[in-house]
Amino acid sequence: MNTPGLILVVCVAVLYSSGFYLLLQRSLMRVVFGILILGHAANLSLLLTDEAITLPPLLGGPSGEMSDPLPHAMALTAIVITFGVTTFLLALAYRVWLGDENDEVPDDVEDRRISRLTEPEDSS
Amino acid sequence: MNMLLAIPLVVPLLGAAVTLLLRGVPRAQQIVGALTLSVVIVDAALLLARTADGTVVTTQAGAWAAPLGITLVADPMAALLLLVSSVVLLIVLLYAIGQDIGGLSRATPQVFHPTYLVLTAGVCLSFIAGDLFNLFVGFEIMLTASYALITQAPTRARVRASMIYTVVSLTSSILFLTGIALVYALTGTVNMADIAEKLGAAPPELRMVLALLFFVVFGIKAAIVPMHFWLPDSYPVALTRISAIFAALLTKVAVYAIIRTQTLLFFRDDISDVLLWVAIATMVVGILGALVQDDVNRVMSFALVSHIGFMIFGLGVGTAAGLAGAVFYLVHHIIVQATLFLVNGLMRQYVGHTSLRAIRGLTTVSPALALFFFLPALSLAGLPPMSGFVAKVALFEAGFAEGSPLVLAGIVAGLLTSLLTLIAVFRIWTRAFWGTPLPDMVEAKERLRNGANLGGLRFMTTMTGVMVAVGLFVAVAAGPLASIGFTAAEGLVNGDAYIEAVLGEGAR
Repeated sequence: MNTPGLILVVCVAVLYSSGFYLLLQRSLMRVVFGILILGHAANLSLLLTDEAITLPPLLGGPSGEMSDPLPHAMALTAIVITFGVTTFLLALAYRVWLGDENDEVPDDVEDRRISRLTEPEDSS
Repeated sequence: MNMLLAIPLVVPLLGAAVTLLLRGVPRAQQIVGALTLSVVIVDAALLLARTADGTVVTTQAGAWAAPLGITLVADPMAALLLLVSSVVLLIVLLYAIGQDIGGLSRATPQVFHPTYLVLTAGVCLSFIAGDLFNLFVGFEIMLTASYALITQAPTRARVRASMIYTVVSLTSSILFLTGIALVYALTGTVNMADIAEKLGAAPPELRMVLALLFFVVFGIKAAIVPMHFWLPDSYPVALTRISAIFAALLTKVAVYAIIRTQTLLFFRDDISDVLLWVAIATMVVGILGALVQDDVNRVMSFALVSHIGFMIFGLGVGTAAGLAGAVFYLVHHIIVQATLFLVNGLMRQYVGHTSLRAIRGLTTVSPALALFFFLPALSLAGLPPMSGFVAKVALFEAGFAEGSPLVLAGIVAGLLTSLLTLIAVFRIWTRAFWGTPLPDMVEAKERLRNGANLGGLRFMTTMTGVMVAVGLFVAVAAGPLASIGFTAAEGLVNGDAYIEAVLGEGAR
């Protein structure tokens, strides 16, 4: 594999790992950033499908060769989708922050129920 | 160019545009929405009539030949699901319209109608997409619409829930995109028929990894155990009309995608053991969750998770009979789950909430409601002569015919789950429907009886009744439906017809 390809592979690996790390955080802002970074990782891995990634996608370079344009088209579509949804996520995170004055992911409903079970409750 | 295949995608999108323009005129929006879905129903019925004998109908968009262009494909399974989904979509829309006319909802109709039609387009595209990338686009259309729908009438709880829902769905979408990239790197195509041809030459280990990746991607959306945690936290919080359509369709579209990819692309690779283990876990864990819930909506959400397991079981058995059972179960479950959530919505109208702690004697308040809960609940538990019974018998028969120990374990788990489902629904029945109504429930009933919104409420009740009737019809028409299901399953087991229809005669 050529050097730009190798750099991309390392890039994708770093993006995936940091994306998933951020996704598992409790702060919603970090979760949003995690999604963003994961989106980049997926788009870059689409580009990685072609060995000749350094060549221009449509009309050939000096030698007349070109890289496969389809992954570029797919990545474009995916970028648009990720962009739109990220905007929506940011708006949601803002709404959560407006409502609760914090942006932490709350404890799970079930967890709270289980902890309540230690207290006596009415039997019906 | 086959127009039949373009209509389910184009008409709802056009309808969405029109309803967006008509946002000041609620009545016109309602009419356009209902008309659009009626057109889709007629179209789906025609498609089913044409594919019922196993024919595969295809359209190459823009007349680009198969592996290059966008292919839309309808085989019997896709056509059947298209028809059932559009019927459910129309009934839920009419229910929502009744609710809006009665002024009984806090939804924003201006936003609801266009988004609902976009969701329809997404669901339809997912069923008829012939390539992985359009399947992805169909999913995204559907999911993006659902992100907007789940936040209708935003309360704090709803915004929280939709945050969970959106992040989980997005994670699955990103993994899906990664899967597409890997498949494209391996085969150089995204057309599913073409992939099916070319994956044969790929190393089996790689194919196995891809099969599992796609199972996880759609498994998150289908809420199979252990990837189900988001569902009971997000669905019950949304408005009734929305959780009804989510519970009925979104998870089933994902199940459809699992069945499609695992049969067409990865049939040579045996992950059926994994499928069976997951199916057993899904059935048992889901229903155990349902048993301890106090909110009717949450009980139903856990039951939903649990019964996804039956369809995965059918796929895990892997024979034509097993897949036929899974297809029939899909049809049955789409309708029953929608009915139960609509009933929950009516319950919320009468009582104001759905917590079992403070509901008594709904039978006295509304006998119709009790009947409408009772019939689909029995069907969900799989008692004869309901459609659930027919579907479960089909699955278990297929399992006995296969007969390996793990499949038999799956049958035992299925029977246990049916029994526990019966307990779960009877728990709701005895707590919510029997006994003397609480004073505030009688008051609420009187208020509804004398209020200006009685007409809307009657309309909602009628639509729930229609949905119950559709459920009964599935049981009555079990014979013809099962034969379509079997044709569909044979098409799934032997993908040659599908591949030939997409790539042309000379492909094999």
